[in-house]
Amino acid sequence: MSSELQTSGRNTPQATRDETTRDQPFVVPPVDIYENESGITLLADLPGVSRERLGVRVDGETLIVEASASTAQPEGMQLIYGEAQYPSYRRQFTLSRELDSSRIEAALKDGVLKLQIPRREEAKPRRIEVRVG
Amino acid sequence: MDRGVLTIAGERQDPVPAEEDGVTVYAQERFAGAFRRVVSLPEEADAGKVDATYRDGILRITVAKHEASKPRRIEIS
Repeated sequence: MSSELQTSGRNTPQATRDETTRDQPFVVPPVDIYENESGITLLADLPGVSRERLGVRVDGETLIVEASASTAQPEGMQLIYGEAQYPSYRRQFTLSRELDSSRIEAALKDGVLKLQIPRREEAKPRRIEVRVG
Repeated sequence: MDRGVLTIAGERQDPVPAEEDGVTVYAQERFAGAFRRVVSLPEEADAGKVDATYRDGILRITVAKHEASKPRRIEIS
């Protein structure tokens, strides 16, 4: 079976540029994607992102995750070493037609987004009872 | 904190189930397992005044400076 979810963009730790919509650099968050009979589960690392700063939307067959991390820099302090800046995150995925994008469940905990995308009922595997005639 | 060295260690469990029971893994980019990072702090760091908060997956550690190392204004009488 081919991949149900196609990711656009590799796991690049450095910021990349989005030519089409914005000039702002963003980070492509690393994800885990797995599938079972009931649907797809997607986990994305979005450290520093609170619920208010997270956007998950579906546009046609495209699932878009956009978020920005909190910029709460301590007041009156100067950055002397920075590896963990507060970035913008963006990543999009192409959803299979077998998935029901109207019933996506999203949960955010400790900077990890968990999306559960169920299969359409008609796309779920069914067991057909065989009666002995 | 030990002799001016701050150590941060933790572990993240791998939530992805094994490829059995009809589970297919399409992407596994997230880090899982134990991690550790050691940072040596400057001399003026006060090991007795360390504060740590964890929020939205970000750990913030604040280490105060020793009172003696802070700039002081000397009054001239």
